[in-house]
Amino acid sequence: MTDTADREESVVPAGTDAALLEPDATLGTYARGRIEALKTGDLGSLPIIIGIIAIAIYFQARNSQFLSAGNFVNLIAQTAPYAVIGMGVVFVLLLGEIDLSIGYVSGVGGVITALLLVPDGNQVSPAVAIAAALGAGAIIGVVQGLLFTKIGIPSFVVTLAGLLGWNGVVLLLIGDRGTVAIQDPFVNGIANDYLSSGAAWLSVEGAVLIYAALQYLAVRNRAKAGLPNLPTSLILLRIGVLAGVGAIVVAVANSALNRGLPYVFLLLIALMLILTFVTDRTRFGRHVYAVGGSIEAARRAGIRVDGVRVAVFGIAGTMAALGGIILASRLSSVDTNAGGGTILLYSIAAPVIGGTSLFGGRGTIRSALLGAVVIASIDNGLGLLNTTAGTKYIVTALVLLAAVSVDSLSRKGRVASGRA
Amino acid sequence: MSQEPLLELKGVTKTFGAVNALTEVDFSVREGEVMALVGDNGAGKSTLIKSIAGIHPIDAGTIAFAGTRVNIHGPKDAAKLGIEVVYQDLALCDNLDVVQNMYLGREAMSSFRRLDETTMERTARETLASLAVTTIRSVRQPVAALSGGQRQSVAVAKAVMWNSKLVILDEPTAALGVAQTRQVLDLVKRLGQTGLAVVLISHNLHDIFEVADRITVLRLGRSVAEVSRKGSTQQEVVQLITAGSIASVPGQTEATA
Ligand SMILES: Nc1ncnc2c1ncn2[C@@H]1O[C@H](COP(=O)(O)OP(=O)(O)OP(=O)(O)O)[C@@H](O)[C@H]1O
Ligand SMILES: [Mg+2]
Repeated sequence: MTDTADREESVVPAGTDAALLEPDATLGTYARGRIEALKTGDLGSLPIIIGIIAIAIYFQARNSQFLSAGNFVNLIAQTAPYAVIGMGVVFVLLLGEIDLSIGYVSGVGGVITALLLVPDGNQVSPAVAIAAALGAGAIIGVVQGLLFTKIGIPSFVVTLAGLLGWNGVVLLLIGDRGTVAIQDPFVNGIANDYLSSGAAWLSVEGAVLIYAALQYLAVRNRAKAGLPNLPTSLILLRIGVLAGVGAIVVAVANSALNRGLPYVFLLLIALMLILTFVTDRTRFGRHVYAVGGSIEAARRAGIRVDGVRVAVFGIAGTMAALGGIILASRLSSVDTNAGGGTILLYSIAAPVIGGTSLFGGRGTIRSALLGAVVIASIDNGLGLLNTTAGTKYIVTALVLLAAVSVDSLSRKGRVASGRA
Repeated sequence: MSQEPLLELKGVTKTFGAVNALTEVDFSVREGEVMALVGDNGAGKSTLIKSIAGIHPIDAGTIAFAGTRVNIHGPKDAAKLGIEVVYQDLALCDNLDVVQNMYLGREAMSSFRRLDETTMERTARETLASLAVTTIRSVRQPVAALSGGQRQSVAVAKAVMWNSKLVILDEPTAALGVAQTRQVLDLVKRLGQTGLAVVLISHNLHDIFEVADRITVLRLGRSVAEVSRKGSTQQEVVQLITAGSIASVPGQTEATA
């Protein structure tokens, strides 16, 4: 290898794993790698975390109710449906596709659950009602996925038809009842019941311990195979931050009068862990990223591209139905508006605001949760300031535009630095 | 070098509607040898390797692999025989890292349907090291961050990692600068030395005369000659490619040619 060749090739790669270059990387090298990555447009979760802090400070300054324990608990329940539906949307966005039907699919999920639980002598158990709603969501998603892959209708158009069609189904299912109240305590409890203070502490501490144990095992495995690890100090820092955030959430929620940590919080965390496992640790997840990165490369690698796509739309439909059940639980009823309003736009905006790219191939499950926190905070905070729905929509629109601009600009940054 | 060809095509014909892309083409490659495939634009080079890789079914003729006749109906069949193709482009996912790309579609798994990242990363590193690809500093960086030469090296390493017997490279240096071309050519040479059969498509005769053992010339879909590098000159090959219409090597002056 000549001298020139060497120089030409030794471009220091910037990126999250820059620290992995040196087996003896420290927190300092890692931080420098992250800063390099920021410059080339790889932003990670940084803008969103700054955004959440800024939003919290702003609303708290305008109305001290915002960070009160009671409102904090409300915020968790408000975040949940958008986060859950948004996690399904992450899969679709990773493919570089879109699903516009998820709003009314969530409506279908909520309405099926409510109708099956109407105590008219034919009611089923809550487990059966929920399973039926989730099954319906999955089938809807798979059918739309098949129309997209087998007939070749663009996903935008298939799911636009879905948007209209499933709205119609919601209206037909509700019929002239107008509103269907949910009396089942289990379903209502998902968003409206709270863990006891002790149980909340136990589950959060347990989660942190499990996370720490998994990290330890991973580090040991890599060390055994002679592979470099992230700096230990960074791993400890991450565990510390997780433990700290968890402790604050539990302490604040527990201090709310007669309330506490909602069950739906546990559901959110569990879904985030399971789906992150799917995206990051399974073959299917890897193939989702591959199809989103390059369909042709994925196909040549022998990946069944159509199968991956259909499964992804199935996941989006299932998650939408689950989000609809949570929403129905929070309101303890469904009506002819089920699945309408801001649900669709908020649920797509959530992962995008959280940093998942609209261009496919880049994104995380966690982005849906972070983005949903932003959206629910704005909605909730502006509500406390007695602003009208009009203002809420405009502010949320601006946040979405800002997030998409960040995505588009960071893509440009990657192109400019040859990392497209 | 064994004398029995590893891959032998006889009388292969392929038409696309009215276009005769390949007409009774004979082609063979042995283990431990680099066979170059040359010809003008549209001569049928890519079509020929796509037939070998199972992407286009052939209309007539036979393909024999390791002495037995085979029917290759798709990329999976080709991979099963140990045939790997490195395409000039579109072969890697930019958003995935080096390890993820090298194992794409053939991921190593451990318990609970988990990806076995440790094994994949270790093997990927070993493969790159065995091919003396030393310029890639982290196998966990996205392929988008690599230079053209590094990407091509990853694509080649991906191809040889699977106990492949025959590696086909379609214009692997077409988009590369001088230093990176050097890097990939060295890699191609090493593949031949490790006992693999290698097919190299290139328009650059200089490169071909550096790494190839034999050269097959295609013209208008026909195999018009098969020469050994040692027994011929670049000028002769240019004449074969162009049917004598150009008598000197393009880009070289009369004095040096
Ligand atoms: N899928 C296809 N459908 C129709 N015609 C095709 C197809 N693929 C190739 N051909 C035709 O077959 C002939 C051979 O093309 P091929 O791509 O094999 O040439 P090549 O030798 O690889 O050229 P180049 O050096 O430009 O890559 C051309 O006339 C081309 O137009
Ligand atoms: Mg070609």
